[in-house]
Amino acid sequence: MAAVAATNTTGARPERAGRRPPLAWLGTVPFLGYVGVFLLLPTAIVIWNSVRNTTGGFAFANLKVLGNSAVRTYFVGSVELSALSAVIGAVLGAILAYAIAAGNPDGIVRRISLAGSGVLAQFGGVTLAFAFFAALGPTSGFLLHASWYYDFPGGITLIYAYFQIPLMVLVFLPAVDGLKVQWREASESLGGSAWHYWRYVGGPLLAPAFIGATLLLFANALSAYATIQAWENQIAYTVPQQIYIAINSEVGLSNVNYADVLALGMVVLVAIIMTGYALLQRRAARWLR
Amino acid sequence: MAAVSGLAGESAPDAGQVRAPRRMRASRRGRLNLFRRVVFTLFGLFFLLPLVALLRDSLEGAKLGTWSVTPWKQIASYPGVLGAIGIQLALAVVTCVAVLLLLMPTMIWIKLRLPRVSRAFEFLCLLPLTIPAIVLVVGLAPIYNKIEHYTVATIMLFLVYVILALPYAYRALSAGLNAIDATTLSEAARSLGANWFTVMFRVIAPNMGQAIPNAMLLSSALVLGEFTIAEILNYVTLPVVLFNISRATTNAGVLFSTSLAALLFTFLLLLLLSYVGRRLSRGRG
Amino acid sequence: MAKLIAAAKAEGKLNVIALPPTWANYGNIIKDFTKKYGITVNSANPDGSSQDEVDAVKSENGTSKAPDVLDVGMAVALVSTSLFAPYKVSTWADIPAAQKDPAGLWYQDYGGYMSIGYNSAKFGTITSVSQLLGSKFKNAVALNGNPTEANAALNGVMMSNLAEGGTASSIAKGVAFFHKLKQVGNFNPVQATEATIKTGATPVVINWDYLNTATAVGQGSTWKVVVPSNAILGGYYAQAINKNAPDPAAARLWEEFLYSQAATGGQNLWLQGGARPVEMTAMTSAGTIDKMAAEALPPVSGTPVFLTPAQATGAATYLSANWAKAVS
Repeated sequence: MAAVAATNTTGARPERAGRRPPLAWLGTVPFLGYVGVFLLLPTAIVIWNSVRNTTGGFAFANLKVLGNSAVRTYFVGSVELSALSAVIGAVLGAILAYAIAAGNPDGIVRRISLAGSGVLAQFGGVTLAFAFFAALGPTSGFLLHASWYYDFPGGITLIYAYFQIPLMVLVFLPAVDGLKVQWREASESLGGSAWHYWRYVGGPLLAPAFIGATLLLFANALSAYATIQAWENQIAYTVPQQIYIAINSEVGLSNVNYADVLALGMVVLVAIIMTGYALLQRRAARWLR
Repeated sequence: MAAVSGLAGESAPDAGQVRAPRRMRASRRGRLNLFRRVVFTLFGLFFLLPLVALLRDSLEGAKLGTWSVTPWKQIASYPGVLGAIGIQLALAVVTCVAVLLLLMPTMIWIKLRLPRVSRAFEFLCLLPLTIPAIVLVVGLAPIYNKIEHYTVATIMLFLVYVILALPYAYRALSAGLNAIDATTLSEAARSLGANWFTVMFRVIAPNMGQAIPNAMLLSSALVLGEFTIAEILNYVTLPVVLFNISRATTNAGVLFSTSLAALLFTFLLLLLLSYVGRRLSRGRG
Repeated sequence: MAKLIAAAKAEGKLNVIALPPTWANYGNIIKDFTKKYGITVNSANPDGSSQDEVDAVKSENGTSKAPDVLDVGMAVALVSTSLFAPYKVSTWADIPAAQKDPAGLWYQDYGGYMSIGYNSAKFGTITSVSQLLGSKFKNAVALNGNPTEANAALNGVMMSNLAEGGTASSIAKGVAFFHKLKQVGNFNPVQATEATIKTGATPVVINWDYLNTATAVGQGSTWKVVVPSNAILGGYYAQAINKNAPDPAAARLWEEFLYSQAATGGQNLWLQGGARPVEMTAMTSAGTIDKMAAEALPPVSGTPVFLTPAQATGAATYLSANWAKAVS
């Protein structure tokens, strides 16, 4: 930062001047304004409603629901499924990304892989569950008969992997692309093996992007509900399924406030994980220096 | 780094731009090719088999074992499909543009001026992903109610689609932004007299290589496949129309043919986009 | 009536919600209404639940997209009366008193009995619920949704409850039955749809009889429906008009159409979809009922049970605490 101030010859005030912060914040106003209306406001509404009851009064006791053993099983189920599918998706997706990056950047293989990943990353819901059903359902699969298809988290993790892997490819590929070939060649010319390259050069360079992408995959799986709802919907294993029930129940159990408490729990969960991720990133950055 | 040319014949241009094919050690190239072939075969099988199963089920006649293309014909004959395709394309374009306009300046600005808020910014960008669509829609409903008093046009969905695309676009753009030394580039440009606009659009953006087309790809893919929020807010988009087609008949095959049609449509569109993207980033090289 | 038709035509459109075309013949009902009066019907969210309908009324209030009419389960109807406009159709007197709100805020429209639909080529004839525990039903038995959320599924468990000796006030035996079903490996957690039935993934479905007819599930004559003789559980849905409907005249004309007893009117159209129209008794005595469609209904002998709101809530509460544990 000191170098910035020293080379700054355009007449702008140097970093350390006391009045700098407000002006700099101006640049974020459009973003904050937009996100404020369309994201923060709905989130605030959700959080606000989570501590109210159906007659409009306050009910902070609602938050105690998060300590119920039933609610805990939903969160554990959600985290289990999300973490499993995120790790599987991240590792396999990274391998696939590497395979794609190693090829001709203008080639048809790369284009098809990217377009295919774009499509499949967002593929979900009824049609995905059905595709798997048709391929390997427990009674009707024309390829295999997988009796574990309905076990949790077995079958549904496999289905989640189907869109987690392409998503990983999409968000991780730019990082793999950024690995300059000279670095590999430098490592080899210094006598390093492939293992050395990955352990000391490629790995640490890719680590922040890898961890960030895994976090994205985790959050993606956490809030997914259309797919698991289509896979089976008579038992609610995850938090989004439970939220759906709370919002849409037509047997008189509809309780939007309860749904909002669960949603609040999810946001808090991700905040905790993001903090862990931030600490991890700081560590990884230290290795790079 | 530039001195390393003993092993490879050519020196490498900057990553992110078009790479000339290089001559690596033959054994390494051979190993790499084998690796690629194995990987693509295995993954190809994994991804294609369920789709083949879908295709087979979409061509099935009323009784198992008979074949018929009715499920596909029913898509073409349903009124409103063409209009829905048009709306979906418009939504994708508008969302892409809006996402880039919103994120790029802000991300560059934060990177250069407010690096300490980048964590909070990242959290904000990841937030849409943590809130399930069905919950977000509960909070959005009153806002969209106000919007609908002015216009019930479906294109207004882009406002929420931008939010949904934030996490993905952010990840793609930040990978590109972090791969270049934005600080030095921008200071160099500014010391030569460039204003912020020039810095952003003519210095930094072209150097982000594949990141921008990538972000566009992610946003478009998201828009083309988004169903839940459009359905709950009672807008008529292509996925909604395809879903209605599948519910309007007891011919189960239509559910499969509509899903495959949606996938195919998105795939072709994204493939097209990759050619456009390549031309854009090459044009500035 | 002529004034109503003119006013409705002037409005030109009708917003309906959560009416799947294959549910009780709604596809044809909508088509016939449009053909008869030239009013465009905008059908939103066909797979929505009753709660979705009420939520849409609230969240779209004041816009031109708000639903004009609703077709909801009784539990939702009873708690949402503040959103409804009172209206008494011209055939009001033919609706039994117990099946309508005296002020005209809601009125039941069609109903059916809980039934077991099954592939008879694979399983022969099924007559009772307890047969489903047999070994040939591996992975075969599915409900229509999650009992803690969907009306049809809750009633499915209740029917099994009654068949196993339980009463309408306690659904415990029904949950125990499904627990047993899961333990012998016969329970299938997938939502039964035409696609799962066609591929044979869910060859036995517990659902309302009008949703289990061979036409409704897209199957031929091998698909049979039975209402167990020891567990006749009935349920009706109800119509209501949105108080702030954007097309009030079209909404009322729609109700008149639905409750018309003509050969091509709503009541007979529902009957052709396998559902029992609420004015069926009156129409049978008057001879206006579609006899062929009436005979196609699954035979029911005995007194049907209808859950009171209190019993339904009791069942729902028990399920929300015990269902997941019992079947996972």
